[in-house]
Amino acid sequence: MREQSRGAGGGTGPAIALDALTREFVVHRRVGRFRRRRDVVTAVAGVGFTVEPGESVGYIGANGAGKSTTIKMLTGILTPTSGTVRTCGLRPVPQRRTLARRIGVVFGQRTQLWWDLPLADSLRILAAIHRLPASVWRPRRDELVERLELGRLLEVPVRQLSLGERMRGDLAAALLHSPSLLVLDEPTIGLDVLSKERLRTFLREEQRLHHRTLLLTTHDMDDVQRLCDRLLVVDHGRLVYDGDLAGLVHRVGARRVLVVDLVERAAPLTDVPGTDLMGVEASGLRQRLAFVPGTTTAAEVLAAVSTRVEVRDLSVEEPDIEDVVRRLYLTSVR
Amino acid sequence: MAEARAPERPGAWQAYRVVLGSRLRAQSSYRASFVLDVLGSGAITLVEFSEVYVIFHNVPVLGGLDFRAAALVYALAALSFSLGDLLTGDIDRIPVYVRSGNLDTLLVRPLPLLAQLVTGDVQLRRLGRVLVALGILAVVLPAVDVAWSPARVGLLAMTPLAGAMVFSGLFVAVGGAQFWLVEGGEFANAFTYGSSYAASFSPAVLTLPLRLLFSFVLPAAFTGYLPAIALLGLPGPPWLPAWLGWLTPVAGVLTWAAALALWRLGVRRYTGAGG
Repeated sequence: MREQSRGAGGGTGPAIALDALTREFVVHRRVGRFRRRRDVVTAVAGVGFTVEPGESVGYIGANGAGKSTTIKMLTGILTPTSGTVRTCGLRPVPQRRTLARRIGVVFGQRTQLWWDLPLADSLRILAAIHRLPASVWRPRRDELVERLELGRLLEVPVRQLSLGERMRGDLAAALLHSPSLLVLDEPTIGLDVLSKERLRTFLREEQRLHHRTLLLTTHDMDDVQRLCDRLLVVDHGRLVYDGDLAGLVHRVGARRVLVVDLVERAAPLTDVPGTDLMGVEASGLRQRLAFVPGTTTAAEVLAAVSTRVEVRDLSVEEPDIEDVVRRLYLTSVR
Repeated sequence: MAEARAPERPGAWQAYRVVLGSRLRAQSSYRASFVLDVLGSGAITLVEFSEVYVIFHNVPVLGGLDFRAAALVYALAALSFSLGDLLTGDIDRIPVYVRSGNLDTLLVRPLPLLAQLVTGDVQLRRLGRVLVALGILAVVLPAVDVAWSPARVGLLAMTPLAGAMVFSGLFVAVGGAQFWLVEGGEFANAFTYGSSYAASFSPAVLTLPLRLLFSFVLPAAFTGYLPAIALLGLPGPPWLPAWLGWLTPVAGVLTWAAALALWRLGVRRYTGAGG
């Protein structure tokens, strides 16, 4: 069986293949004092998609949309109610332990490191758990330690690490056995801006250097922009979008906002082509202009503003992912 | 991945050895608190034993045993329980793992869940109980009247190991059951700690249904009382002949068989595969 599965997963097949994947949960709700009602809740309803090796895919949706349930099904933690799922060519639940050697999983809100041990020990234990010979895991650890800048953290007990440091440690732990697929459930949640940026740079490198497939769930629009070549949007357990970010933003007409700080007070900039004036602050010193990417660009808007007033500073506010998803849902219902 | 399959690839035992070694080092690194933990857990066993002493201070014979025989029962049962507790005593923390989601991180590793939980959670402080139980046994043995033979020496050596199997099996069974009873920790403890308590007395004092329960359903009597009367050459009460004392390993194997079945069902329930 092992030989068979190795052939299936080591080849050129898709990293992930879902077809009509469905998961229902039975919940017992209390009705009155003693009676309980049995309800069936569908967390994932007929989701199907394929991810090719080396792709970087964002799996997004609001809380409770079915993201984590899908992740659990494709990592072997949860059995589907119906439909099929193949991860690295394997059936996740029946072949869970074989699959575990090929995938790395990072849960943003929990750690797989041992709290009371130094990071170096956790990595050594994981190498043993994955039965990696020293000639394989030592060079790999050294590479990860260098690229994730873990050198001075190796001897510190995990419970003393900051959230950002711990997350880097968890990434090293998930990648030590060189999995072909890396699954990240909310990897940047709770991190500061700098830590997030570092993490993204690392993940991009990892994808390019080692042809690693990335699948991540996130609520962070910057994650999506920086990390994901492709987006899968789920809502109420259904796949409502499959494509790139530009296409998604175009489809829902989500708007970016250019915020300009002016050198001198100016009248409201109501006449910039392709924009709507969203607000004027500090009696005209800061103005917010919304525009739809696709119809115009930030550079064009800035150029148009610059002909009218002198700009001291600027920033671009991205559409909120929850907002994009909400709009997407509205458009798909109509 | 190709190089990961090199011929020098370490075996699964290596994994357990490394996990266990690191647990032990982590626990003994704060020496003073470790020593206090060991003493504290040993003290529990002493307090329990004093209960036996107090009872026999007031009645000379209870359940067909005098104080020395009862002490032998207690020592064997306590040694069995403390060894089993040392191995698998933390399996009953399954609900904590489920609620925190840490069970998921264990499930995406290439080792069986039970093996990870057992090796990941060995609590060395429980050695205190083992040491005190061994101490009581060492004091009691010269005082009891046993016609020693090679077979009886073998029985004495085998009993704590087979008894540890019985108790560790009970812990695993209860761990498996807790996939259903996420809020039922106390109920679950009744089976393990209840069995331990029942094991430290003569089942002859129990009513017949309870006696059968703690012998053939939860095989507590096999860890202390039955081997003790087999050693002492005493007759057992109805339904519990002394020769059963030689069958503790059978009780251990059967307990584990039931425990593994329950555990598998529990894990299947967690992963939603039915059961």
